[in-house]
Amino acid sequence: MTDLQLPPRQRDVLGTSPTRPDAPAKVSGAFAFSSDLTADGAVWGATLRSPHPHARIVALDVSGALAIDGVRAVITAADVPGRNAYGLIESDQPVFADGIVRFVGEPVAAVAAADPTTCQRALDAIVVTYDVLPPLLDPEAAIDPGTASIHPHGNVVRHQRIVTGDPSVVGDVVVEGEYEIGMQDQAFLGLEAALAIPDPDGSGVELHVATQWLHEDRQQIAACLGLPEASVRLVLGGVGGAFGGREDISLQVHACLLALRVGRPVRMHYSRTESFLGHVHRHPARIWMRHHADRHGTLVNIEARFVFDGGAYASTSSAVLINAVTHTQGPYRCPNAVVDGYAVRTNHLPCGAMRGFGVVQACFAHESQMDRLAAACGIDPLDIRRRNAMVTGDVLITGQPVTSVAPVLRCIDETEALPLPTQPVGGDDHPFGRPGGAGLTSDAGNIVRGIGYAVSIKNLMYSEGFDDFSTARCTVDDGQVALKYATAEVGQGFVTIAEQIARSILGLDEVSSETIDTTVGSAGSTSASRQTWMSGGAVEGACRAVRDRLLSDIASERGVEPGRLEVHDCDVVDVVDGWRQPVREAVRGRSFSEEFIHRHRPTVRLNDLGQGECHTAFAFAAHRAVVDVDVDLGLVKVVQIATAQDIGRALNPMSVIGQIEGGVAQGLGLAVMEEIVQVDGVIRNPSFTDYLLPTIADMPPVEIAMIEEYEPESPLGAKGVGEPPTISSTPAIVAAIRDAISQAYPMARPLTRVPVRPHDIVDAISNSR
Amino acid sequence: MTDVIVDERDFELTINGARVPVRGAAPGASLLQVLRDQLQLTGTKGACEEGECGSCSVLVDGVLMCSCLVMAASVTDTAITTIESVARPDGSFSDVQQAFVDCGAVQCGFCTPGLVMAVTDLLNQQPHADRETVREALAGNLCRCTGYGRILAAIDQVISQRAAQ
Repeated sequence: MTDLQLPPRQRDVLGTSPTRPDAPAKVSGAFAFSSDLTADGAVWGATLRSPHPHARIVALDVSGALAIDGVRAVITAADVPGRNAYGLIESDQPVFADGIVRFVGEPVAAVAAADPTTCQRALDAIVVTYDVLPPLLDPEAAIDPGTASIHPHGNVVRHQRIVTGDPSVVGDVVVEGEYEIGMQDQAFLGLEAALAIPDPDGSGVELHVATQWLHEDRQQIAACLGLPEASVRLVLGGVGGAFGGREDISLQVHACLLALRVGRPVRMHYSRTESFLGHVHRHPARIWMRHHADRHGTLVNIEARFVFDGGAYASTSSAVLINAVTHTQGPYRCPNAVVDGYAVRTNHLPCGAMRGFGVVQACFAHESQMDRLAAACGIDPLDIRRRNAMVTGDVLITGQPVTSVAPVLRCIDETEALPLPTQPVGGDDHPFGRPGGAGLTSDAGNIVRGIGYAVSIKNLMYSEGFDDFSTARCTVDDGQVALKYATAEVGQGFVTIAEQIARSILGLDEVSSETIDTTVGSAGSTSASRQTWMSGGAVEGACRAVRDRLLSDIASERGVEPGRLEVHDCDVVDVVDGWRQPVREAVRGRSFSEEFIHRHRPTVRLNDLGQGECHTAFAFAAHRAVVDVDVDLGLVKVVQIATAQDIGRALNPMSVIGQIEGGVAQGLGLAVMEEIVQVDGVIRNPSFTDYLLPTIADMPPVEIAMIEEYEPESPLGAKGVGEPPTISSTPAIVAAIRDAISQAYPMARPLTRVPVRPHDIVDAISNSR
Repeated sequence: MTDVIVDERDFELTINGARVPVRGAAPGASLLQVLRDQLQLTGTKGACEEGECGSCSVLVDGVLMCSCLVMAASVTDTAITTIESVARPDGSFSDVQQAFVDCGAVQCGFCTPGLVMAVTDLLNQQPHADRETVREALAGNLCRCTGYGRILAAIDQVISQRAAQ
């Protein structure tokens, strides 16, 4: 475990690790998560969902539900006053199924009743007659123009090619592989929950909800309600984790519709099973890649094909696909490439954002390929990565030059230099040290240790021409600083960073954040590793504007040029004559309020050949995994993860470490345990009993090296740190498992899918002795 | 334990030392549901409803339990301890709570009350618990944000502070 040595801190400014402002409420149980919210007279809401992956609704009879005592309302597609469709990129997902259901779990109706038990009775009393249709479950079939469309918008959400250089180049060494990534769930602990409060005259609604992007929710909700946006107000309910799974609408519209219908506050909470059905997931994907290199291992061409199963509705599938295909090369130079990518609709669960957003899938494929290439060239896996490592100024296969700081070589070197575990192979005598854990099923003699590496590149912030901005307001009143922003605090710690920024810029220490809601401009989503850069930039800009006004006022009072005045630590200082005054005294009796909108530089949509500067900035990371594998039983114990990550600047080292350790845990989950299993379009494991998450017993120590090379394009010099830990940790673990297997069975077939299940290991070694 | 179920909808519980009436609980309601919905003790969280995640951890007669798996009407003659009672009588935090704050063990915080209960219980019973004992004891408390590293750091802080006293 990384031992974080914090220097004694004088002030909670940037570069220090102050405690979270919300931590006291969170450790005492007083923090109000969205599921804790209630209001006088509140009733409960609940959702009826489709049991079929594809069916026509022949009849829908709600009379039995309405007849139940205590039932306040039953609503269906016929009760949606506005547009019966929403979506982050295209509005293709119905609020309630209108005639057709397209996945198991699709909302068909919703009820409001006095209590959850009555809600359930009402749901049970709704009679839906379905004409079951054959489901479309094969993504390849969805690409085939001859396949009947399951949605009016068609089966292909997006097709994108990338062609650069001379794609016909053939290398001295050629390796190819086909890779599969399973569907992962965000599995945030705080289940979907909301409290919708109707205006007394029914003209609008206030929604308290756990979400990642209040303003985007508001826009989609208002369109469905048929109300102007000003009539829909959103307040962030305490968010129990997100990881991409709260970027889409889930219960928001249903709760508002019910509240407006019954004229009372409505509480809606999902169960864990319903949560698995009710939010989007990480796309399962099939990726084929063929890498060409010269005999020294220098990449000369990459061919690739991606197929992402987006499930029934579009969500962010097109953007996820673009992230995947534009990260085909990984953090390596390659002059020639031809890439073909599809994101398609099927009758599986809808997929959208999850930490890593398309790059997780691409990285598993390109890093598996780099290991194959190293073996084929007879080169060390790290040396082949060093040989091809990207640097600032290199041009991507999209034609975009990398302008970000790009310390790829440092990531590799500093990861390799981190200490290896001292724990003996197979662990010590404690059962948790062995593959299979407390079951003690492993035979010590069958345990083999493997080591694997992986390296990643990840775009930061939004791409392809999206107008990406964040808004913040800074108010200083008699020495008290109040920050206002709509940035969703989902656990990542933006509330801490925002206050550190204000202290650093203003030289004042009493800083607080106001309620996070839609009474200020949009902050954009808490996703894409963007909030420290974007909302951090907005808070910084607002604080600078206040500081400039203060200095300007003082300068005119003193009769000096404003440029002579600066804030040093807690003092206003005249750099010419040395005059100084504590900022606290300087602001006494004064009041300022300034708003600032931060935008990153514009991007463009890819053209038909996949060319264009579609991304803003990039961050890099390398991971080393050490695993112990019981090869015969197919059991894996991850012994240690080491990582060096390009972070720009550590604004809050403890937060950075928290993001890295937490991100690695999710990467480990995808590597060896987490997968939503669907059979014939039906999810088979919608519970924490059957969907396995890493526990404290599964998580190894994480050794961390933070690479701080100030990023000039970032307002604070910092890069987003949330996603890279989840991206290359997965392929590093799989590489380590392959290494262990090949020591015991040199002829074993390489693992090509995640998560790696015990039978995948056993299959890999079968007939290879 | 059916002999202690006097009335499944109306009964009394002893929570954090106080006898509290429960009126109109749903038949068969779990202790978690009663704490949150009937008694407004919302510090105890529910995240899986089947005893897998530990978010709803409470003490029942001093034994750590998932309150989602305990029928409320079956524990009327027990002493129930929830997160709301963990702070010291003067309102200051316990050493476990303070360590979670200090060490970065809190991110979204949804698992935190359950973990504070579980860690408090563990270190009361085994003040010198070694790393593997801690990992074994907490394997039933899921955290999706932290990867557990800072939680272990917080536990190390408590153990070393108590050893120094």
